Amino acid sequence: MNAPVPGALTSSLLYLDGVSVSFDGFKAIRGLSLTIEPGEMRAIIGPNGAGKTTMMDIITGKTKPDVGTVMFGGSVDLTKLDEAAIANLGIGRKFQKPTVFDFHTIEDNILLALKSKRTVTRTLFWRTAAADAKRIDDILGIIKLGDARDRLAGSLSHGQKQWLEIGMLLAQDPKLLLVDEPAAGMTDGETAETAVLLKEIARDHSVIVVEHDMGFIRELGVKVTVLHEGSVLAEGPLDQVSANERVVEVYLGR
Amino acid sequence: MITRFLIQGMDKRGLVFLAVLAALAILVPLANLLLPPGSLLHVPTSTMSLWGKYLCYALLAISLDLVWGYCGILSLGHGAFFALGGYAMGMYLMRQIGSRGTYGNPILPDFMVFLNWSELPWYWYGFSSFPFAMLMVLAVPGLLAFVFGWFAFRSRVTGVYLSIITQALTYALLLAFFRNDMGFGGNNGLTDFKEIVGFNVQAQSTRAALFSMTCIMLIAGFLIARGIVSSKLGKVVIAIRDAESRTRFLGYRVDRFKLFVFTVSACMAGVAGALYVPQVGIINPSEFAPANSIETVIWVAVGGRGTLVGAALGAVVVNYAKTVFTSGFMAPYWLFALGALFVFVTIFMPKGILGTAQDWWTRRKAPPEPSPAAEPAPAE
Ligand SMILES: Nc1ncnc2c1ncn2[C@@H]1O[C@H](COP(=O)(O)OP(=O)(O)O)[C@@H](O)[C@H]1O
Ligand SMILES: [Mg+2]
Repeated sequence: MNAPVPGALTSSLLYLDGVSVSFDGFKAIRGLSLTIEPGEMRAIIGPNGAGKTTMMDIITGKTKPDVGTVMFGGSVDLTKLDEAAIANLGIGRKFQKPTVFDFHTIEDNILLALKSKRTVTRTLFWRTAAADAKRIDDILGIIKLGDARDRLAGSLSHGQKQWLEIGMLLAQDPKLLLVDEPAAGMTDGETAETAVLLKEIARDHSVIVVEHDMGFIRELGVKVTVLHEGSVLAEGPLDQVSANERVVEVYLGR
Repeated sequence: MITRFLIQGMDKRGLVFLAVLAALAILVPLANLLLPPGSLLHVPTSTMSLWGKYLCYALLAISLDLVWGYCGILSLGHGAFFALGGYAMGMYLMRQIGSRGTYGNPILPDFMVFLNWSELPWYWYGFSSFPFAMLMVLAVPGLLAFVFGWFAFRSRVTGVYLSIITQALTYALLLAFFRNDMGFGGNNGLTDFKEIVGFNVQAQSTRAALFSMTCIMLIAGFLIARGIVSSKLGKVVIAIRDAESRTRFLGYRVDRFKLFVFTVSACMAGVAGALYVPQVGIINPSEFAPANSIETVIWVAVGGRGTLVGAALGAVVVNYAKTVFTSGFMAPYWLFALGALFVFVTIFMPKGILGTAQDWWTRRKAPPEPSPAAEPAPAE
């Protein structure tokens, strides 16, 4: 995973350069450039409407950029692919508003996310192998929903849904995880636990986390990128960016 | 593997349904053929054929439930697949008439002679063979569904727009089949059938056999649908119904899964139509009428969407009610009654007869589980 792909244009896992996108004339992302190295965990902060979610939409193929380069693994042009293809390349995503399958059990939510061939025939004649079952058990243990495995996901609390979605990400075992506001709607205790969980995940995955909670970001202790009006305002360790005057002005100072 | 596929996820409700159908398949024909007409348990042939028709509708309802109840594709054109299967069977039955038609032409059906056609159109070739015709019963609706779905699902047409184009599909076919020069008997359709695989279609024993066959096909259709929805593919399909975009971000090609269930469903509807035609003795373009497809949706809603058994139940209950209603003085009001029923069910029993009964049953037995959000949230 850490070795650059042969023929790669860059050694970065994710490479965004000069990306812009506008909705009905409104420039949500303007000239955004960002690189994530293999194995890196990056925190992204920025005021509401800064374009953090839109950036994830671009990476995952939901939104096509008007201009700019979006490369994955050094050589794959993500702007040419659709959502499913990008997911199968190894990019997983947790949504800002937790989105799980309400009418499936928690266990089935994990099963659906579990890394496997996503074809019609494979799923039609699917048998859950012992290794898969074990993996599902492990994940349910990690996200502390083992006892609730047979409950419908729709009956979970907001915080639990966040965790279930993180569990689904784990089951996908992607190379790169995009995690949009994982601590939203969580108690302080839950937030701290989520930070621990994400750090754990970051040991063998590359992760991009968007979060507003400064305590949470501090807990992660990773490089921070500040987005503002669709482009990068500052980048560096949290202490450094939070000392930046512009950052204080547009974001922290409010 | 096949058996395991078919029995996975079988529940008590499904077993009861299968047992009832198996019993009907055996007992009704026996009660019709062996018991004297005076006997209390004798089933008249007309009643048997009427119920055979209901069971064809039940199979159609199951096929619709597969796409609507489980995959969220509200097809308002499923009657088209039913009718196409019916026409394929009708074409076979027409070729079986041979020289016994009014004009005595050994090759051409009467309506072609009447139109002064000199030879059989190419698309009628092969229909004198039963196996070929049965293949067409599956292939024609299946292929149409595949091509239609290929374009619709790939371009991500969903919701109301999809419903409208399915409705347009069946309407277009209605108009096409009305035309004499299409070669399907125009307005009058196909009728005056004589024989099916060598047996007189009118004979009591043939009708009994057709009834049994309908039960068997309904069992088969149910098992296939049950197998599909209980498989992991079924879970993917439900996931698509509830959060389509989320499913894509997990790496599933939503269009292919939709295409699969839509095509299987269309084949199933085709089989239902093929069984229907010899039992009612006619197939004409009115089977393509948009209203028919809408009625099918009502059956499924009344019985309980997303339950399969409920869909079949809804088809039988509503059609039984229709027969009772339209044979009496209230006949002119049937459509109002049907509309009222639909409104009533939608408002007071959103889960249909079966879903409501089941809720009531579980509530009696256990404290309620917090119910999931009524509106599935779309992925952001
Ligand atoms: N699909 C869309 N159509 C129109 N405007 C959008 C769309 N997605 C995002 N936007 C706009 O782009 C801006 C950035 O939004 P978003 O990426 O959600 O911000 P953030 O996640 O940083 O709070 C907002 O002003 C938002 O209204
Ligand atoms: Mg956002």
